[in-house]
Amino acid sequence: MLKINNLHASVDDKAILKGINLVVNPGEVHAIMGPNGSGKSTLASVIAGKEEYEVTEGEILLFDENIDELAAEERAHKGVFLSFQYPVEIPGVSVTNFIKTAINETRKAQGLEDMPAKDMLKLIREKSEMLEIDRKFLSRSLNEGFSGGEKKRNEIFQMAMLEPKLAILDETDSGLDIDALRIVANGVNKLKSKDNAVIIITHYQRLLDYIVPDFVHVLHDGKIVKSGGKELAHELEEKGYDWIKQEVVT
Amino acid sequence: MELKEKLISSFLAFENHVDIDSPIHDVRSEAIKIFETEGFPSKKEEAWKYTSLNSVLKHDYSVFPKHEKNIEYNDVKKYFIHEIDSYKIVFIDGKYSSHLSQTTHEGIDVCLMSAALNKPKYQLVIENYFNKIATKDSLSSLNTAFSQEGAYIHIPKNKLVEKPIQIIHFSTGNEAALLQQPRNLIVVNENSHVQIIERHQSLTDNPVLTNSVTEIFANKRAIVDYYKIQNDNENASLIDSTFINQKQESHCSVHTFTFGGKLTRNNLNFYQNGERIDSTLKGVTIIGKKQHVDHNTLVHHIEPNCESHQDYKGIYDDSSTGVFNGKVLVNKEAQKTNAFQANNNILISDKASINTKPQLEIFADDVKCSHGCTIGQLDESALFYMQSRGIPKKEAKALLMYAFSNNVLSSVKIPEIKQRITKIIANKLGVNMGFDL
Repeated sequence: MLKINNLHASVDDKAILKGINLVVNPGEVHAIMGPNGSGKSTLASVIAGKEEYEVTEGEILLFDENIDELAAEERAHKGVFLSFQYPVEIPGVSVTNFIKTAINETRKAQGLEDMPAKDMLKLIREKSEMLEIDRKFLSRSLNEGFSGGEKKRNEIFQMAMLEPKLAILDETDSGLDIDALRIVANGVNKLKSKDNAVIIITHYQRLLDYIVPDFVHVLHDGKIVKSGGKELAHELEEKGYDWIKQEVVT
Repeated sequence: MELKEKLISSFLAFENHVDIDSPIHDVRSEAIKIFETEGFPSKKEEAWKYTSLNSVLKHDYSVFPKHEKNIEYNDVKKYFIHEIDSYKIVFIDGKYSSHLSQTTHEGIDVCLMSAALNKPKYQLVIENYFNKIATKDSLSSLNTAFSQEGAYIHIPKNKLVEKPIQIIHFSTGNEAALLQQPRNLIVVNENSHVQIIERHQSLTDNPVLTNSVTEIFANKRAIVDYYKIQNDNENASLIDSTFINQKQESHCSVHTFTFGGKLTRNNLNFYQNGERIDSTLKGVTIIGKKQHVDHNTLVHHIEPNCESHQDYKGIYDDSSTGVFNGKVLVNKEAQKTNAFQANNNILISDKASINTKPQLEIFADDVKCSHGCTIGQLDESALFYMQSRGIPKKEAKALLMYAFSNNVLSSVKIPEIKQRITKIIANKLGVNMGFDL
């Protein structure tokens, strides 16, 4: 599904990613862990197509297609979804109107008609119930005045509505209390299938107790320095990141 | 011949032509003298510092169009809010079009200024109200001197006028260049409610300059909602001066939607002559290319316990320029005044500019007055967020601009106007929105 070869990326001429290699197949859950400043969020943004980031070397293949030249919305139309670490507030646009627009624009790009209003409402009801989202919440301005937990839950709600092929969850666990974490994780688990894949970017092991990864990668200074199974996450939780840094040096 | 000289000599001809015994003969003579002394305003004047009329005054305008032209309703239907039942006062090249209009004298007067100026039964209203609140500046005076045609609306007390009134001016390009000077008088008596929609529309590329003056009198507990739809083509310019005198407990609102036109100047003056008055001034401006829009507002709080709410949003693209000059004057007696003013702008292009200037003159000590101006760009992180959800950049920008102007639209009471404005904005931005805000 996703194949990243020797990816180098920089922002404002500052190199951040320095040769990432990663293969994600359908049905897999990958966790990318690493200390602050290692390039985790940058990797997420580069895959999603943020313009400020420049790919200087290497390539990102999505379903064997190089997506370097594609705009963020075109990547979304091909099934990439990024759950933001800091979702942006958009006053004046309700959650419902926003998601309607997103779905219908995606359908338009796929040559489909707008989703009938009735189906849309049904889908919204279904997904909001799954994530225990109050109906009143849906008519509020997008992310405006939302608590940290509400913002993250809203991200997963959008993911549930859009049903992406590749979901990247950037620090989705930060700002969540334990109940919200469980709801969000349950939501993600319900959406998992053999046809889609999830990349979880996190600093801590906490979320991985609920969404169990097939692979864990450790990112350090713009490179994946260690990969392993879910037990690697436990090891990191116990020992911190310093031993990895040591290992890299030696 | 310069336009000024042409106008002054035209006035002499005009005076010989119309009834010298007209009740406003003296008013006209006095007005032309003011114009003759002052001439057109220049950038040297503080109120015109950021708006130059040079580019619109250079044409050889016809002051009195000679040719009449009919237009078919179907050809211009789109310029009406045609989805609703309404009264219509329509002018073609400054002349009344009975064919396109629907006036009334049943219980209320929705008719013509020319009739009101000439018929004895209206004389008292004309004497009491005509040119009583329009300022004596040179452009309003010029309009007064030539005032002949426009809308005359008189609503007696206790009338809820259910049908909105549409005042529409078409210009057909029959003249190489046309100067129009419509004059409207609107008197709304106690407890009455009226809704008015005004639009100026040129149908060709010939230059048009409109110097319009509207006087509105809202008596006790009257409600007046006025909507100005300014979406003219780029060879048409508009100088609109609207004066509103409010008596106690009246509520007046003016929404100004400016998307078109070469140069648009809106002078909007509210005078609060009574207690517990509410005044609302809202505007959405979305322009580009070399368009210029200048909003010049005044709210004069004269008596205690009144409110005013001003909210103007502007989006400027290309080399367009904008001005917001908002003056709030609070007299010493006007205690417990609540006056709010906001002017928020987005500049989309590096070449676009806005000059915004709040002016608060407060002589009372127990008031709440606030003002805020912002100038910014579209939020890049919001754009990326929306794109990452599959919304293309162009649509994402449009959605952000919609959202930005949303709270101005939210106070529009006629849903069909809201829909129309939404459509004009979508059109202007070249997108198809999946919903109405």
